[in-house]
Amino acid sequence: MSASLEARSKSEISFTVNGEQKTVQAFPMERLLDVLRLQLGLTGAKEGCGEGECGSCSLLMDGTLVNSCMVPALQAQGASIVTIEGLDASAGSQRLQEAFLECGGAQCGICTPGMILAASHLLNKNPRPTLEEIKEGLSGNLCRCTGYLQIFEAIATAAGRETAASS
Amino acid sequence: MRSDPKDYELVAPGSLQAAVGLLARSPGEWLPIAGGTDIMVQYAAGKLASRKLLSIWNLAELRNIEVLANEIRVGAGCTYTNIREHEVIGREFPMLVSAARWTGGIANQNRGTLGGNIVNASPAADSLPALLSYDAELILISVRGERRLPYAGFHAGYKKTKLAPDELIRAVCLPRRFSGYVCHARKVGSRNAQAISKVCIAALGRMAGQTVEDIHIAVGSVAPVPLRLSETELMLRGKVIDESLVLAAKKMAVAEIRPIDDIRSTAKYRAAVAGNLVAEFLNLLSADGKA
Amino acid sequence: MNHERIVGTAVPRKEGREKVTGKAVYVDDMVLPGMLYGATVRSQIPRGKIRDITFKPGIAWNEFVIVSAKDIPGKNCIALIGDDQPCLARDSINHPEEPVLLLAHPDRHALRKAVDAVSIEYDPLPAIFTMEESERGSEIVWGTDNVFKTYLIQKGNVDESWSKADHIVEGEYSTGAQEQLYIENNGMVAAYDAKQGVTVWGSLQCPYYVHKALMALCDLPAEKVRVVQMETGGAFGGKEDYPSMIAGHAALLAMKSGKPVKIVYDRAEDMAATTKRHPSRTRHRTALSRDGKILGGEIEFTIDGGAYATLSSVVLSRGAIHAGGPYYWPSVRIRAKAVATNAPPHGAFRGFGAPQSIFAMERHMDRIAQVVGLSPVEIRRRNFLQPGQTTTTEQVVREPIDLGKLLDRAISVSEYQTKKQEFAIENRTGATKKGIGIAAFLHGAGFTGSGERYLSSVVGVEGCADGGIRVLVSSTEFGQGTKTVLCQIAAEALGLRYEDVAIAQPDTTEVPNSGPTVASRTVMVVGKLVESAARGIHQTLKLSGMLGDSYSAEEFRAACLAYVAAHGQLRAWAQYDPPTDVFWDDEKYRGEAYAAYSWAVYVAEVSVDLTTYSVSVNDFVALQEVGRVLHPVLAIGQIVGGVAQGIGFALFEKVIWQQGRMQNNQMTNYIMPTSSDLPPIRVFFEELGNVHGAFGAKGIGELPMDGPAPAIVNAIEDALGVRFDSIPLMPEDIYDAITARSLRDKSDVASVIR
Repeated sequence: MSASLEARSKSEISFTVNGEQKTVQAFPMERLLDVLRLQLGLTGAKEGCGEGECGSCSLLMDGTLVNSCMVPALQAQGASIVTIEGLDASAGSQRLQEAFLECGGAQCGICTPGMILAASHLLNKNPRPTLEEIKEGLSGNLCRCTGYLQIFEAIATAAGRETAASS
Repeated sequence: MRSDPKDYELVAPGSLQAAVGLLARSPGEWLPIAGGTDIMVQYAAGKLASRKLLSIWNLAELRNIEVLANEIRVGAGCTYTNIREHEVIGREFPMLVSAARWTGGIANQNRGTLGGNIVNASPAADSLPALLSYDAELILISVRGERRLPYAGFHAGYKKTKLAPDELIRAVCLPRRFSGYVCHARKVGSRNAQAISKVCIAALGRMAGQTVEDIHIAVGSVAPVPLRLSETELMLRGKVIDESLVLAAKKMAVAEIRPIDDIRSTAKYRAAVAGNLVAEFLNLLSADGKA
Repeated sequence: MNHERIVGTAVPRKEGREKVTGKAVYVDDMVLPGMLYGATVRSQIPRGKIRDITFKPGIAWNEFVIVSAKDIPGKNCIALIGDDQPCLARDSINHPEEPVLLLAHPDRHALRKAVDAVSIEYDPLPAIFTMEESERGSEIVWGTDNVFKTYLIQKGNVDESWSKADHIVEGEYSTGAQEQLYIENNGMVAAYDAKQGVTVWGSLQCPYYVHKALMALCDLPAEKVRVVQMETGGAFGGKEDYPSMIAGHAALLAMKSGKPVKIVYDRAEDMAATTKRHPSRTRHRTALSRDGKILGGEIEFTIDGGAYATLSSVVLSRGAIHAGGPYYWPSVRIRAKAVATNAPPHGAFRGFGAPQSIFAMERHMDRIAQVVGLSPVEIRRRNFLQPGQTTTTEQVVREPIDLGKLLDRAISVSEYQTKKQEFAIENRTGATKKGIGIAAFLHGAGFTGSGERYLSSVVGVEGCADGGIRVLVSSTEFGQGTKTVLCQIAAEALGLRYEDVAIAQPDTTEVPNSGPTVASRTVMVVGKLVESAARGIHQTLKLSGMLGDSYSAEEFRAACLAYVAAHGQLRAWAQYDPPTDVFWDDEKYRGEAYAAYSWAVYVAEVSVDLTTYSVSVNDFVALQEVGRVLHPVLAIGQIVGGVAQGIGFALFEKVIWQQGRMQNNQMTNYIMPTSSDLPPIRVFFEELGNVHGAFGAKGIGELPMDGPAPAIVNAIEDALGVRFDSIPLMPEDIYDAITARSLRDKSDVASVIR
């Protein structure tokens, strides 16, 4: 396929990622996951299943948790995207990360970025979740290593500290 | 990822009018894609036949929920999360909210849409039995205008709908006449979360004293299309619920469905569980009648 | 023992910060300049001959690198134990998804189309898919008789025990295949140049297994093969031997193209083509006295190895040795056999044969209890091994393990007796039936028998130029805590801070061969060597006069720094020295099978919903004696994670086979438990120490896999009064059994009336 034909079929797609404006040349049906990983070098989101089951590709798009392997790049046009790399800064995220480290929430680590984003999403909506609410909030994130217990402990711990910090 | 993105066209016209305009110009050529939670799975598996896709994701005209006096109109582009978060839907159409909660994890609920669930027309789709039980109606839109039809009968066969090639679903209308009804929705999957349904039921009913005044029973995953068990309902209307009626209703329900053996389950399991779910509902309804 | 400051505490995971910030680098995160993507063309039939290969038109084939068996410089095999498994099929196919050709191209989408455009014509041969078909021998698919391996374990005089028996109890138990389902799929990147040789980076457990396999495949000497482990997203045994295959493929493409090549599987390919847990069938026939004591028995343990031998002989060995459970057998005959079928070869998965044979033993104990008329608790208590008694392989139990007390504790914390009584009453009327079940078991840590001796592992500890120290092992981290615990051990041994100790990323040019990261041996065996080597560093510094016997962390740092500055390098090595009191006879298959056993009693509480026939596990108690808990958070994490996998093994994870191929090879249809499917899992530890393990530790990684399935199925039988002897146990199976029973009951009644 000639270069000019390719250039014609690709679209210019702009969105913000972790607060920065980005413009990429991508085919509209490229997966957001691949655009982030391959074009923007943001490899924190992972492909575990390619079908929206495992959640290791999950990230925030306009404040909502989505599986980026299921999002065509064109649909991210104008969106505000937050990946694990962008979560580093805020106090809430640091509480989550510390709690994951303390409680054993990360073993092999492959599900961890998705878990932390899902947890962040949950705590933004519901700062004091019950265990059932934590389970539900993370029901789309699969972990094969931990059996989930220490992940939930981490989230509950972070939530508890968050509450303490804000009171 | 088993498809090549460069073989696919995806356009996002940005308005409902532009979308139906495109469908009218080339009917049958463009596959509408909203949240993509079904289509993108096929795409990733290399099994998406359509090469041209029309994005109707996040179209404002499809994403609102109108609360009218006698009905609620849920935009077809509303996500399961939108449905879960709507107070009136939660109060008056709890089975639809249950279905929304059961559909995948939070990330999939944030993207999957009611319209997409209907049009994808999987017999295992989570929200469809609830829509059947609630006597939902659909507003379809094209350049030719709008038309309205009952959701019942919308599925002509396995994965087939009555949608014309140039049409989109605009909204799903839910009649506000089920307050005071006993509702029972249950999904039986291969696990407690993120599961494709093996059998599901969405049933509602109202007792007048000890007799069944009104009853709707819809089931999913036990036929090529989601089903209202109309023969079973007929058998039950106006009757007193006793043990022998429950048994008879179970038998009738099993006779009405056409479950299959597939990768997830067996026909006889599905039949047995469907019968059990009907019985479970009837016992609930009967208890309500006695209370 | 308890003066330690670091061992026994919950220090932060060594590589944890990278993991929680998304900075950890897994193989698919790697990109090398000029890198190509590689893919595998696989067979579509289970068995036959390749007649022809056609490259269909419509693809610019000249843009592709194509590798076939002919391109293999060395031996066309994946060197492991035997050499029967080809790297690429040449003329014969022996299982679906068998690799035939390799393709590489810069565009991974074009690559996909090219794979689909290779057409292979076959002359099919009859294929076999079950152990029974394999045993029947009407079709020989491997060797002369389809048998990869047999073992015979004999103790005492079994034949005499039948005549003395008051009860003889028989049973047959089976377990299905299970997919490891690490969330990160298999992947490798390979690069080649004539001077350096082959380098591979990948997701793997055993760098030196891959190293050995690449030497043979690529015909390269040891110093021209380099294997680097990347951050690995879960393994559980599924990346013990398979990485050698995918590394071989990437290396061949790199050699042919002169460019780096990345092969990463998608989920569908990984599930269909790579290893799974061996399906098993165990037959028990047991002679018992009137008071329920085992007099003797025969155990026939058979596993399905798939199409090639790979690791089956070792899985068979462990399964056979664990087949008698934690019980005293005055006499026993264990006949173990691994047979061939035309499925992709099965491989290692946490537990490695023991979950299979222990499932059978623990189900069988409940059956024995019923026949003899004792409770499941009492039958076990009466038969537990006591210190001083011998195991089925005549290993003397030398440690003061009191299994009766362990059982008592498990029964107490789970409220077993109270619940059993309550459930019996509730079950008379409820639409949900409840039950409670137990499993008692053991798990030997380290390689079996003379395995550790054969491995002869080497470990290094290095003093660095900045005064810190670095552990050098080939043991890999894949979530279980290798890096953390080995650094704890080194820090403790040297009296340093945990922060002063680093650990090298396993790279065969930098670390010695401390053996594979399998068999629950890392903390116990490798850890002990790390302890030795660390002390060796201190010895060197002491001998050079730079450090005394007691010192502060700062003094150590200064001495280390000075030594390295003066001598250029500071390294100490430790090599495995087999304990003199651990002796194994490979021929008679008798003796000290393992240097240490962990012991456990698990209790599962279930409810069965008779509307849906599905099982919920409502509570789970996991009590185990593990020598010493070196890191409380990591240890709990291992147990909970293992129990979750065990629950999946019992109730959810079914591989659906069709003609030797996994049909449900997607996460949507291969069901692993979500958090909503798991009970509260309550973990308790006891610590008896272990003279053969670092700071008294035994292995714990695989132990939790052995108990959940039998405890759960025992509980289900308690709930329903229906016997199930096969897992995975699905609601459909429960429905079938309940229906069959009620039909039987009806016909029994009918015949009585008649």
